[in-house]
Amino acid sequence: MTLAIKGKVWKFGDNVDTDVIIPARYLNTSDPIELAKHCMEDADPRFAAKVEKGDIIVGGRNFGCGSSREHAPIAIKAAGVSCVIAESFARIFFRNALNTGMPILESPEAARRIEAGDVVEVLVGEGLIRNLSRGEEYKAAPFPEFMQRIVDCGGLINYVRERIRNES
Amino acid sequence: MTITEKILAAHAGRDRVEPGELISVKVDMVLGNDITAPVAIDQFRKAGAKTVFDPEKIALVPDHFTPNKDIKSAEQCAKLREFAKEQSIRHYFEVGRMGIEHCLLPEQGLVRPGDVVIGADSHTCTYGALGAFATGVGSTDMAAAMILGEVWLKVPESMKFLYHGKLQRWVYGKDLILYTIGDIGVDGALYKAMEFCGESIENLSMDSRFTMANMAVEAGAKNGIVEPDKVTLEYVRGRVKGDYRVFRSDPDASYSAVYEYDAGKIEPQVAFPHLPDNVRPISEAGEVRIHQVVIGSCTNGRMEDLRAAAEVLRGRKVHSGVRLLVFPGTQQIYLEAMREGLLEIFVEAGGAVSTPTCGPCLGGHMGVLAEGERAIATTNRNFVGRMGHPKSEVYLSNAAVAAASAVTGRIASPEEL
Ligand code: SF4
Repeated sequence: MTLAIKGKVWKFGDNVDTDVIIPARYLNTSDPIELAKHCMEDADPRFAAKVEKGDIIVGGRNFGCGSSREHAPIAIKAAGVSCVIAESFARIFFRNALNTGMPILESPEAARRIEAGDVVEVLVGEGLIRNLSRGEEYKAAPFPEFMQRIVDCGGLINYVRERIRNES
Repeated sequence: MTITEKILAAHAGRDRVEPGELISVKVDMVLGNDITAPVAIDQFRKAGAKTVFDPEKIALVPDHFTPNKDIKSAEQCAKLREFAKEQSIRHYFEVGRMGIEHCLLPEQGLVRPGDVVIGADSHTCTYGALGAFATGVGSTDMAAAMILGEVWLKVPESMKFLYHGKLQRWVYGKDLILYTIGDIGVDGALYKAMEFCGESIENLSMDSRFTMANMAVEAGAKNGIVEPDKVTLEYVRGRVKGDYRVFRSDPDASYSAVYEYDAGKIEPQVAFPHLPDNVRPISEAGEVRIHQVVIGSCTNGRMEDLRAAAEVLRGRKVHSGVRLLVFPGTQQIYLEAMREGLLEIFVEAGGAVSTPTCGPCLGGHMGVLAEGERAIATTNRNFVGRMGHPKSEVYLSNAAVAAASAVTGRIASPEEL
């Protein structure tokens, strides 16, 4: 499956935690639209207002560390962000993104080279990242086959639904 | 194989597993709270599921925004309550009979050595202290596990942490784990299993072991684990039902790294804002004025912590510029602390004692910080905005240091009093 994504980059540093992505004080709801209003608020209070549909977040090491809240990828996605690229991801964030069908790519090179404001094209299936502003290309690690199957199903719930159907 | 690999292999129906393998394992317990379970319940319905795989193997604990903070949180909790009823989930814990999930589940005997537990809460790793494999996942994983009774996992590489020596006075599991995170960093154990061992661990109380496993996730780990020993078996006796299996690491098990610490030299530690690895020994904390002290949470809301805090606070008063908040981890701990006279000591000192809740730990309610305010807390995270305003600060410590700081109004060692 080739999912092509193109967007402008918002850059963040290392250890972007889930309290920054969506502060716990807003977790008395799981409504994506409500959550999106506060996305990245404690790092950049105006992020939610400025981000445009299709934009891409680039982070450093250990992106999404902290809590298990799925509200984090939900908020990012609902804010209009099309993809997150980072040097490395915290493991629960990684699972949650995969399970909810939020495209993420791990690429230390891309995380280092891409600057804020660059326009980047991403071929998720191929793990290819093209920096259109700088004329560069970076490779991301491909997903293992089992994970790719979850992605291809459009997330874990679709995968489970298939299984329930096959078993009954 | 390591203890982690053995538990995973046994739950995957295999003789062996290798680090890096993706496997599907059967789960013994699936946990959710009032933030994560409502999302999981929606996903459960979306998947077209009608019934959970086993109502005895699911625990639902409304603890984050309870007692209901506002209408929205009341609705989240109602959703949990109704789902528990619909699915005949017995391990649903109502306000007045509950506790902070990671204090509650072991106390109620819902986790056994050798179990696989997943929870839609990152600090599910706490139960590794019992020699179980326990890890945090998201709501969608929780939903899938409630339906299928299994979860996909990558077998983690294991890292071994050996602690030698006798701990100094006022040093607890909290200090060992803060010291370790300070050493390896917040991504120092990313995707890995942290195995805690050595004679300092053997001599550690169950409460302190829970604290250490609890904060494994703060180093990025998938799980923290301690091999079951006398202390563990003593703790689970009479609590857990049914048989359980005690796994131990083979002498020739392979580790991606081995760390050794002279734990006898470790002082009480303090994590400065805004990451849990920004750690200094208390002797180098300097002059840090504080406005609030929080004693409690799934990290340090157990009897050992309340006793340490009470020992420091007995006959003393909380500094006039400080608000002291004490949150026992469960109703049972609350009762025990009451019977021991600890709660009286806190109130006499000028502190506020609350029913169990996560409240202030995540800046939810019951003690949110204003702009520019500083808190020292026995919790596990000091991220930007964790306890309130993005321009507030959180320092992490053990309960004795937190109590001493409540008296002096600045970060202080109990030795200074
Ligand atoms: S006490 Fe804090 S860290 Fe523990 S479960 Fe509650 S919110 Fe999470």
